[in-house]
Amino acid sequence: MSVITAPAPAPTDRPVSRLESLLRARELGIALAIIVVFGLTTLNNHAFAHAASIQQLLNGAALIALLGVGETLVIVTRNVDLSVGSVVGLSAYIIGDLFKHNHDMSVVLGFVIAIAVGAAIGAINGLVTTVARVPSLVVTLAMLYIVRGFDGVIVNGKTIDPDSIPTAFTAVGYRTLFGIPWLAIIVAVVVAAVGYAMRSFRSSRDLYAIGSNPDAAELAGIPAGRRVFTAFLISGALAGLAGALFLALHAQIDVSGGSGYELTVVAAVVVGGVAIFGGSGTVLGAALGAVLLNTINQALVASKVSSFWNGAIAGGLLLAAIAFDRWLSLRVARSLQSAEGAHRDL
Amino acid sequence: MTSDMATKTPVTPRRSVVETGKRALWRGVRRWESALVVVLIGALIFGSSERPNFLSPMNFFYTGLNMGEIAIMALPLTLIIMTGEIDLSVASMLGLSGTVMGVLFSNGWPIWLAMAAALVVGALGGTLNGVLVAKVGLPSIAVTIGTLTLFRGIAVILLAPRTITGFPLSLTKIGVVPIQGTQLAYSTAIFLVMAVVAGVVLHATPLGRALVAIGLQPEAAQFAGIRVNRIKIWLYVVSGVVCAFAGILLTLKNSSVSYDAGTGLELNVVAIVLFGGVSIFGGRGTVIGVVLAVAIVGALQQALTQMNVQPEVQNIVIGVLLLISVVIPNSGEAIRRIRDRARRHASTPSPRNSPNA
Repeated sequence: MSVITAPAPAPTDRPVSRLESLLRARELGIALAIIVVFGLTTLNNHAFAHAASIQQLLNGAALIALLGVGETLVIVTRNVDLSVGSVVGLSAYIIGDLFKHNHDMSVVLGFVIAIAVGAAIGAINGLVTTVARVPSLVVTLAMLYIVRGFDGVIVNGKTIDPDSIPTAFTAVGYRTLFGIPWLAIIVAVVVAAVGYAMRSFRSSRDLYAIGSNPDAAELAGIPAGRRVFTAFLISGALAGLAGALFLALHAQIDVSGGSGYELTVVAAVVVGGVAIFGGSGTVLGAALGAVLLNTINQALVASKVSSFWNGAIAGGLLLAAIAFDRWLSLRVARSLQSAEGAHRDL
Repeated sequence: MTSDMATKTPVTPRRSVVETGKRALWRGVRRWESALVVVLIGALIFGSSERPNFLSPMNFFYTGLNMGEIAIMALPLTLIIMTGEIDLSVASMLGLSGTVMGVLFSNGWPIWLAMAAALVVGALGGTLNGVLVAKVGLPSIAVTIGTLTLFRGIAVILLAPRTITGFPLSLTKIGVVPIQGTQLAYSTAIFLVMAVVAGVVLHATPLGRALVAIGLQPEAAQFAGIRVNRIKIWLYVVSGVVCAFAGILLTLKNSSVSYDAGTGLELNVVAIVLFGGVSIFGGRGTVIGVVLAVAIVGALQQALTQMNVQPEVQNIVIGVLLLISVVIPNSGEAIRRIRDRARRHASTPSPRNSPNA
């Protein structure tokens, strides 16, 4: 799926037009898919376009989209982070427990601690992966179990219930600004900030270089270890943030919080056009992938299709998305060979 | 199980003498397996010291019963990972197969026919995976996350929210009694037979060598005349059928099935295969290693459960073992690299500002 195909240097003087590059962008396709699903469902059931329904749609996608941002950074470098679901559970429980025992702990401190917990685990993932040069899939799979186990030790069968959590904190989970949930705004800000960085900063472009060709990146003098470490660190920190938002949204947490998220996040990222073998993809695409998956889930509910169909349709969609991606990348590779030598991420 | 393993282990070093070209590789593998034997002995000693009756035949029976399905699913996955691919849909296939069997049985099908239908579903699901990976050329991790969701989704459509019970007692006894005259659970016996088959195929046949070759260098394997795509498709079909079979065993063992049977087990199965020393990049690993990994995880889980340690906390042990299993073999090289780097920093700064990939 990764476009490693070196385009033949065909001479051309035709610049890529703005419109053309927009049409080629993977994000547009996903956005269109979201609009189509949304439109069709609304025709069927007008309540789907109501504010409450849309808010539910955004809230449902927000956490996976946020995790998708961090996962994108990692996957772009040809690694993977499977520990995110466990990190969500652990960080959410830790701050929940802190709130329970110090009811007047500040909300901001809660967020900071959650992010710090996530970042610490991300740092372990990054260190082990880069220093010991061990496949990240194995490291983060191990961390998935270790973190969940540690969570189990702390939780010890208890549940944090809504009464223990200050309302100022849970407000983050239900307040809206001009009708848009805070949760969605926070995630949108993260997506925009990281998306901008991934486009514009040299260090972020390094991530793509590492994922496209690790050996070449190293030979080009890119500090690959440091960059991959940073990607894991950010992924962990964002998973910690997602843990705080999880607690704010659900207002309760037990030992199972966030379990199973890891594969959903990878699925959303792949649907969003991030190549699983690294080197291409955008955080916006990943976030839209999460929104698309959730829109379909909600659309099935709104269309009174039994919710039992969710899984099968989501799975079929995921297969369709990666098959389409493959077809697209083959087509683009061919058109690049015949038209222009410019190499862009798709 | 211990004595069985101890007698089998020396097979690997003997082979290493024959395959001189691969001697270094085999030596590394051999060392990892010896480490696993040591860990297994340690786990058994630990268990016995905590609970005097730990090594009782009854305990062996229950451990085998608990690990049976995971262990069986680990075998085809070992072969798939050997070729550098992965199958994350195994647990969903287990659930789907049990569901198909249960639904058909509750609709009046004879039990044997329902079981056969479940195996056919396994073959079909495996074919879907195989075709998408080998023919269409999609990355297996993405494909099988898709089919993980798809298979489970179909199971939900077919069965949720019901639970089907009432399977014939003559079959569900496999979850209660060992094979007559032994203390072997049926699923343990089936696993051991299948492990021997998988071991022979992987280590003693041209097909096994082909799997290793594909894992080490797919293009070279292709040019050497190995039918890479066909082999991969068949591996996924076998995986589908074996996982469907594991689903049948689980259903009979529990004497009931619901759509969520085995949810989330896929990562446990992957963890066991990797802990057994199979390289996630393919081309390296042995069936013996995976069998040892199954035994170790089973023994530890049994010991911890008897000590009333919660299942979530038991995860720490599995996670740490998995982490150690990849870090230790790489640690020597990593330390050497760090020392080199420090020395270079001390003398002249190199133009390449980081040798760390």
